[in-house]
Parts: sequence; structure tokens; C-alpha cells
Amino acid sequence: MTIGLGHYLSVAAMLFTLGILGIFLNRKNIIVILMSVELILLAVNINLVAFSTFLGDIVGQVFALLVLTVAAAEAAIGLAVLVVYFRNRGSIAVEDVNLMKG
Amino acid sequence: MILPALFFYLFAAVCVASAVMVIVSKNPVHSVLYLILAFVNASGLFVLMGAEFLAMILVVVYVGAVAVLFLFVIMMLDVDFTELREGFLQYMPIGLVIGGIFLFELLLTVSYWVIDPAKPKAITAAIPANVSNTEALGLVLYTKYIHYFQLAGMVLLVAMIGAIVLTLRHKANVKRQDINVQNARTPEMAMVVRKVAVGQGLQDADAAEWVK
Repeated sequence: MTIGLGHYLSVAAMLFTLGILGIFLNRKNIIVILMSVELILLAVNINLVAFSTFLGDIVGQVFALLVLTVAAAEAAIGLAVLVVYFRNRGSIAVEDVNLMKG
Repeated sequence: MILPALFFYLFAAVCVASAVMVIVSKNPVHSVLYLILAFVNASGLFVLMGAEFLAMILVVVYVGAVAVLFLFVIMMLDVDFTELREGFLQYMPIGLVIGGIFLFELLLTVSYWVIDPAKPKAITAAIPANVSNTEALGLVLYTKYIHYFQLAGMVLLVAMIGAIVLTLRHKANVKRQDINVQNARTPEMAMVVRKVAVGQGLQDADAAEWVK
């Protein structure tokens, strides 16, 4: 009944898979796609912290902190791009994003 | 020893269940609220692992900043979210197949994988004993990894400036204060002196100019 490294890695694997599945299922809704990316990054963080604590090396947590920073920056920039896109096109459907096709 | 295991299964189950709800719920607002629940339970897992500082940071950064940002954007955009859900069932089978295979492979790897005890451990910075997690993290982060820390700050600065530059817009009909113009104003620019004939007042021809 003792909880080992494998348990945490399994939870992280499930979260990662759910994030990828979310990108597949909500192919039109870019907001839910961004949330799925957040789930994937959360799974990565759980992996990093699990290895860090079970191997006794603090550097994993330092790296998890950096991943957290990048995730926050990514969400801010992604939502800003989304808002600008909505102003220009009046929609956020992913398949309408074809302005660069020429 | 049963209590930590019990809490692990509680946090893990709620975390995975709310992650499922994030991707299947119809309303994006519900998705964000389930995302918050997933993050809170993940921070519970972090506490169980002994990474208290990251657990608190996860709650502060994700629940306090990122999730609220998502909520703001969803509520401010006037989008018909039902039409964005078209094709959900169409992509369900292929998504489930790919996700199932992926999860199966990951769990296979996790369950059969062990660290060779004979191999020497390559630990960069061991977690010091009888020091709290926050202090241990700070001892390493501000000395050995100071450049990474500053780089993270730079990433956040660039993200902040980028978000402002992207969303800022100057409307033509909004009057803004221009200090230089105000300081350069002279009485000649601001007023006109007219001779008004007695008993006649200002003529209509003058009135239009007068209004200016």
C-alpha cells in the first residue's frame, strides 16, 4: 500500500493523455485547446517533481518552476493573440485561421 | 501508513476526473472551473510528494492568474460555443484510439521501468536534510541557477510586453491628454477677439467660426 514513483508517473501519464485527447476532440475550440496544453504542462510538472523527490535531487523542482513560468507566459500570449484574432474576424474557430494562405 | 495512500488516491482520482471534465464539458466556463479543480488536486499531490513550495506556487499562479485570465477571456468574447463543438463525436473514435494506445504505451513503460540500483546516482544538488522545502529550493535557485531564474523573469517580461502590444489599440475618437500641446498653447491660439456692432450682436456668418 506504499505509494511509489510509478504511481505518480501513472497519474502524470493519464493527465498527459487527456491533454492530447482534448486537442483531438475540441479541434475547433481554441480556448479548450489552450486548456489542454495547460494540462499537458501540468503532467510534465508532476513528472519532474516526482523524480525530484524520489531521487532526492532538488534540481527537478527548479526545472518545474521554470516550466511553470513558461506555461504562464504561454497562456498570456496565447489568450492575447486569441483576443486580437477575435477582434479582426469575429470568430475563434480554428479552421477559419487561414489569413496567411494568401 | 494508510492515510498518505488514501490521500494519494483521492487527489489522483479527482485530478484525472476533472481533467476528463475539462475536455468534455459543453460550456468553456465549466471547463475552466474543472481546470482549477485539477490544479488544486495536483498541488495536493505535490504536497504529498514533499514539494510544498511548488504546490503553493501552483495554486497562486494557475488558479490565481492563469485560470482567471481564461475566465476573463471566455466571458468577454461573444462567441457561440455550441457551433464550436461540431465534430466532437466525429473525432471521438480516432481520438479515443490514439489516446488509448498512447496511454497503454506510457503505462507499460512506467510499470516495467526501474532504476538500476547498481548504477551510481548522478545527483546534481541533493535535497538537504532538516531544511524546509522552500529554503532548500531557494538555496539552489538563487545561487547555482541564478541565470535560469533571471531568464525566467525575462520570459515573463517579454510575455507581459507582448500581451500589452498585441491587445493595445488607439481609438481615433478617444481624446487623450497631450502635455506638449497643452503647454504650447497661447492666448492667440485659444481665443478670438471680435468687434460686435451695437444692437446687432454676432452675425450668423461669425457664429460658425465662433463655435470653434
